[in-house]
Amino acid sequence: MNPMIEGVAAPLPFSNLDTDQIMPKQFLRIIDKSGLERGLLYDLRFDADGAPRPGFVLNQPAYAGARILVAGPNFGCGSSREHAVWGLQQFGIRAVIAPSFGEIFYFNAVNNGLLLVSLAPAEVDALLARVSDTAANRVSIDVAAGRVSAADGWTAGFTLPERHRRMYAQGLDMVGASLQRLDEVQRFEAGHWARHPWMKDVARRVRDRLDAGRAD
Amino acid sequence: MPGMTLYDKLVASHEVARIDDEHVLLYVDLHIMNEYTSPQAFSGLAARGRAVLRPGQQMAVVDHVIPTHPVAPALRVIADEASSRQAGNLKRNCDAQQIALFDTTDPLQGIEHVIAPEHGMVLPGMVVLCGDSHTTTYGALGALGFGIGTSEVEHILATQTLVYRVARNMRIRIDGTLGRGVTAKDLVICVVHRIGAQGARGHAVEFCGEAIDALSAEARMTLCNMTVEAGARAALIAPDATTGAYVAAHAPQLRGDILAQARASWAGLRSDADAVFDVEHVLDAATIAPFVTWGTSPDQAVPIDGVVPDPQAEPDALARLALEKAMDYIGLTPGAPIAGLPIDRVFIGSCTNGRIEDLRAAASVVRGRKVAAGVRAMVVPGSGAVRAQAEAEGVAAQLIEAGFEWRQPGCSMCLAMNDDVLSPGERCASTTNRNFEGRQGRAGRTHLMSPAMAAAAALAGRIVDVREWEK
Repeated sequence: MNPMIEGVAAPLPFSNLDTDQIMPKQFLRIIDKSGLERGLLYDLRFDADGAPRPGFVLNQPAYAGARILVAGPNFGCGSSREHAVWGLQQFGIRAVIAPSFGEIFYFNAVNNGLLLVSLAPAEVDALLARVSDTAANRVSIDVAAGRVSAADGWTAGFTLPERHRRMYAQGLDMVGASLQRLDEVQRFEAGHWARHPWMKDVARRVRDRLDAGRAD
Repeated sequence: MPGMTLYDKLVASHEVARIDDEHVLLYVDLHIMNEYTSPQAFSGLAARGRAVLRPGQQMAVVDHVIPTHPVAPALRVIADEASSRQAGNLKRNCDAQQIALFDTTDPLQGIEHVIAPEHGMVLPGMVVLCGDSHTTTYGALGALGFGIGTSEVEHILATQTLVYRVARNMRIRIDGTLGRGVTAKDLVICVVHRIGAQGARGHAVEFCGEAIDALSAEARMTLCNMTVEAGARAALIAPDATTGAYVAAHAPQLRGDILAQARASWAGLRSDADAVFDVEHVLDAATIAPFVTWGTSPDQAVPIDGVVPDPQAEPDALARLALEKAMDYIGLTPGAPIAGLPIDRVFIGSCTNGRIEDLRAAASVVRGRKVAAGVRAMVVPGSGAVRAQAEAEGVAAQLIEAGFEWRQPGCSMCLAMNDDVLSPGERCASTTNRNFEGRQGRAGRTHLMSPAMAAAAALAGRIVDVREWEK
C-alpha cells in the first residue's frame, strides 16, 4: 500500500455527512459492488434530471480527479452500508480527513484500506480554508510519518490507530487471520454453551419451533 | 480494581481472545442478515472457498427492499428487478447454507429488529450483530447489539466472531417520570438533541433510572434503537422483571431447568455498584415534552412548543453552515414554530416504532376521528405477527376507519428502498429514526416524532401537540 497519498483535495465543509448522502438508496439494490462510482454523493453531484450540478465542488474542473476529501465532524454517520466506502474508492478517493468519523463507517474504511485521518477541528478548519483555494488545493499525506501537508507548507501531524495502520499497510485478509484461531473459537464455544446452553443454534431452534407451530 | 459495567461484562463473557490493547475477538451468539448488506459477504466467502461456520446461529430476512402493498403474504412479489434479484439471492444463499430465512411470502416476515426479539431469538446476555446500524435495539433486553459492515458480515459467517474494538462506557440516568403523552421516542430524540449526533460516539451507553425502570420492553427497544443516532456503539438496559416477563412471553423454547439456569445467569447482568463510567449524563424525565425534529440530523430537534433555531446565534462556522444547510433543505426559517407546520404525509412504522404498542398508541389517538383531507397516512406494521395482533385487537380497524392505509410489513419509507417514497418537497410526520436529506425520497422533508404525535399530525394535517388531542 502506498505510504504517500498525494493529490487534489476537495472541501466538503458539512457536519454529520451521513452514508445515506454518501451513497443513496437507489444504488444499494445490487448483489456485487458495481456502479457505486456513479452513486457517490449523488444528490449533491447531480440534479433531479441527472445533470451535474456545476456549483458542487466535485463537479468543478479544479477538483477533477480528487483523491482526498476534507470534511466536517462525524463524517460517515448513520447507516452501516459499506457501499459508501466502496463508492468513495471507486470514485478515486484514497483518504478522508475530518475531525471525527461515524463508528461503523470507520471500521468499514479500515477493512477496505480507505485511509481516515482525524485532525483537530481547528486544523480541519485551516485545511478546509486552504483546499478551498482552487490554485492551492493539493495535499499530501505521509502515512508512515503521520503528517498532512498543504501546498503552502502548512502541516499537521496525526496518529493512525495501530490496527488501521496495519490494515492499510498490509491489506490483511481479516477472515483468513481469524480462521487461524478456529481452535480457540471452538474451545470458547464449549465453555460458553455449557454455561448458556439456550444460546447454541438459537436461530435454527426458534425457526424450527415456528415451523412446527405452523404445521399444527 | 473498580467494578465492571454491564457492557464490560458482556464483552468479557464473549471474549474468545485478546488481539491487542484495543481489540478482542468477540463471539457472536446470533447474526442477523438482510438482503442488501449480505450479498457481497456470501460471494466473498464463496470466492475463497470458505464455509459458514455456525449456520444455526444465523437468521436472515427480506425487509429493506420489499414492497408493502396490502396483498396477502402469499401473493407478495417484488416487481423491481434489481430488488427481486437481491431477495432471490438471499434465499439461494440461505438455502445453500441451511440458514433460517423469513422470506418474502412468509406470514412471519417483518423488519429484522422486530422479528428477532418477538420470536425469542434475542435473549439477555447475548451478543447479537447485524449489518444494520439499528442493531443497538437489543440492548433493551440486556443483549449487546450493534451494527457492522459487509466485510464484518463475511467475517462472522466464516468464524462466528468479530474483530472488535472495545468501546468506552457512558451512563445516562433518567430520573423522574415521563409526563402524559411523552414516550420513549420523545425521550430518545431529546437525548440525541442534548448530547448531539456524535455525543456518544465510541461509547456503549447504559440507560438507568426511574424513568427507564418504568418503560415497557418495547419502549426500551425504541430508546436503544435510536441511541445510535447519537453515535453510540451500543445501548444497554440491565435486565429486570420487565425483561424477564417479555422473554417469558416471547421465548417459549426456554422451559424448566434451562429457564431457571438462564434466569440465574441474567441476575448477574448489571453494572457493579463501584463500576466507573467514562462519561455520565443525567436528565429529568418530567422536563421532557413531546419532541419533533426540525432539521436533517436527528439531533436537530425541539420540544413541540419550540422554534427553529437561528444559525446566526451559532459561533462555530461549520456548525452554523450545518444549520443553514438543514434549514434550506427542510424549507423553514429561523424562529418558525414547529407546531402548526402543515404536513402532506404520515408514516407510522419502522424498527424504531413498528411494534404493537406503537400501533396501539396511534390507534388510541385516531379512534373515531378522521385523517385530515389531503394527507396521505400509512401504517406499516413491523412484522406479520404485529400485523395479525393489531387486526385481532381491533387496532387495525381503528386505524383503517380513520383513513390510514394498512399495509404489509417492511422497512418501507424509513429509508425508501422500496416504492414507498416521498415526492420532492413533500413534508412527512414520521415515526422513523432518520431525517437525513433524501432519506425518505429525494427532496422529501422528514419530521421525526412518536407514533401518538404522528397520529395527531394525521388528524390535524399539521404538526400538533398530541396532549391536546388525546381523549
